[in-house]
Amino acid sequence: MSRVDGLFVIMKSGSNTNWWRRLFSTGLLLILVAPALLLAQDKKEKEGVYQEFSGYFGFDYRYFFSDGLYPEQKNSFPSLILQPEYLYEWNNGDDRFKFIGFGRLDRDSRRTHFDIRELYYQKVTGNWEISLGLKKVFWGVTESAHLVDIINQTDFVESFDGEEKLGQPMAQFSYTSGIGTFDLFYLPYFRKRVFPGSRGRLRTPFIIGSSDVAFESVAEETRPSFAARWSTFTGPFDIGVSHFHGTGREPFFRNTPGGAFELFYGVINQTGLDIQATTGSVLWKLETIVRTSDFQDMWALAAGVEYTFYNIAEKGLDIGIVAEYLHDDRGVLSFSSLDNDIFSGMRFAFNDVQSTEFLIGGIFDLEKSTRLWSVEGSRRFGNSWKGEIEMRLFNKVDPSEFLNVVREDSFLQFSINKYF
Amino acid sequence: MKNAVYTFIALLMAGSLSAQSPEAKGLEIAKAADAYDQGFGSSQTKLTMILTNKQGQESTRYMSNQTLELTEDGDKSLIVFDSPRDVKGTATLTFTHKEGSDDQWLYLPALKRVKRISSDNKSGPFMGSEFAYEDLSSQEVEKYTYKFLREEQINGVDAYVVERDPVDPKSGYARQIVWYNKQNYRLEKMDFYDRKNALLKTLTYGNYKAHKEKHWRAGEMNMINHQTNKKTKLLFEDYVFDLGFTENDFSQNSLRRASR
Repeated sequence: MSRVDGLFVIMKSGSNTNWWRRLFSTGLLLILVAPALLLAQDKKEKEGVYQEFSGYFGFDYRYFFSDGLYPEQKNSFPSLILQPEYLYEWNNGDDRFKFIGFGRLDRDSRRTHFDIRELYYQKVTGNWEISLGLKKVFWGVTESAHLVDIINQTDFVESFDGEEKLGQPMAQFSYTSGIGTFDLFYLPYFRKRVFPGSRGRLRTPFIIGSSDVAFESVAEETRPSFAARWSTFTGPFDIGVSHFHGTGREPFFRNTPGGAFELFYGVINQTGLDIQATTGSVLWKLETIVRTSDFQDMWALAAGVEYTFYNIAEKGLDIGIVAEYLHDDRGVLSFSSLDNDIFSGMRFAFNDVQSTEFLIGGIFDLEKSTRLWSVEGSRRFGNSWKGEIEMRLFNKVDPSEFLNVVREDSFLQFSINKYF
Repeated sequence: MKNAVYTFIALLMAGSLSAQSPEAKGLEIAKAADAYDQGFGSSQTKLTMILTNKQGQESTRYMSNQTLELTEDGDKSLIVFDSPRDVKGTATLTFTHKEGSDDQWLYLPALKRVKRISSDNKSGPFMGSEFAYEDLSSQEVEKYTYKFLREEQINGVDAYVVERDPVDPKSGYARQIVWYNKQNYRLEKMDFYDRKNALLKTLTYGNYKAHKEKHWRAGEMNMINHQTNKKTKLLFEDYVFDLGFTENDFSQNSLRRASR
């Protein structure tokens, strides 16, 4: 801690930008070049080699029921997506190279985007695991908010619920022991959140361009972040404790001297705790974070239960009920509208050959009128096609909430994907 | 005279066997079957699951399974799905316990999320098939109570027929009738009775092979649901033993990696 804080002070003085930049270039070089060298060297051994191409492509159509609040916004968005994946394993899987790409073509120029979700080399030796490259890491237990999850930037144009993420450059060391798993992350490069363009929906009145952004760190994106996590399980409990130091993934909104809005990425310290207790058919879940920075201190909590009725009337139907309470003590500066809300949802899994599933949920503000409804459904067709529907409804959004800017953006989406 | 003594001893033994209660004899057979397969260490196999609906339409799934034998507690296993392709990489890690509920984690590759799940779902269908989760979990002796019924021939071999009742009240079955091969205790057939005690399903085993000389593994399992006329066939291929797995190979990191 003290060492990291020390670095923080040096950085803030502004005199040591070069140090960060040097660390960044060395780090990135190692992360990108080392796997290539190792790959080239090891490829000679043909033992235990396995490779596979996979992925999916698809078409989706999103329709917004009402005209947008801002000029230029469209109502219907046909879209094409492609996610190619490649895996190369050798030494019986102890060494692997993995690639996942993602691309979308959309009417909204910003939603048309391409990303490398994953491109990493991984080495496993006994209890150790080392990954170098772009990767996605998930932490947490709750369904309606992902507070603890902080390694990857959210792919905001891709998903409104924040579950899609951008690939994060990293060096990850993971050690599994009798007292749990220890993970250490060095994250040399920061990725900015991308926001919808002028034709797009689910956006602020102003377009947030990639240059309308300010950083606390003079090294901007090249200011590295560090994270550590310990996770374990004992009896019914699964526990994770994590700490992150670096540029926060979630921006603050602030006014510029000229009166316009600007996004601001501050340097934060975030400590997170996630616990799940699995007792019979009930899952008890808790996630909480404390975040400190020079601009804002905050804590947030998500806690709830998930109960599943299995194999109802011996027809294979499972109905799961989720209820979660969300609290966030931030004020207007935040993106989050989950300040004092209840999430409640029902999941229907038919467990049929086509894996038919539905999820119906709502987030209800306890003090304000705001309600956010969602319906998601999916079903397989044949062996490799999948159809999905998604609907989000913004209802009675309170004018004081951040969500007020998207109050007219209720939509229905159909998608069909072919997996290969 | 000598013969008479032997006859007497034989009669005495037969007497003691018949005096043994059906419950004790059933348990003895289950324990003997468990002991017979002890020492397999660890194994890995590829599975093909063929689902047939009432109309005879088939759909096929591929997956792989790794198992680590533990004697103090139940086995640990890892199942990874390869097809249907939309669930490719979905994987489950299960720690079976001889007593109490099992521990189970599910890995969702799209979210990179490991989720501890309830193991209460015993009777629900596995991947839309005619196999319930409990049909595929590690068959620990302690999970049932037993009653020896009779001996009879099945598929041209002598078999013990034993009724076993699941201890867990969440089981979907009132009872099961199991045909154990008398020679090597491998399972030949199983009848499943639902909670209303009506015949629900029949499982038959075929294409057995002995691995490491005495560890018999079926190459084929056929489950027929008598109430819906749906069928599921499980084919096991490329069994490998002695891979030197340790408990480290059944961690949450292993679960993520197994997903590929």
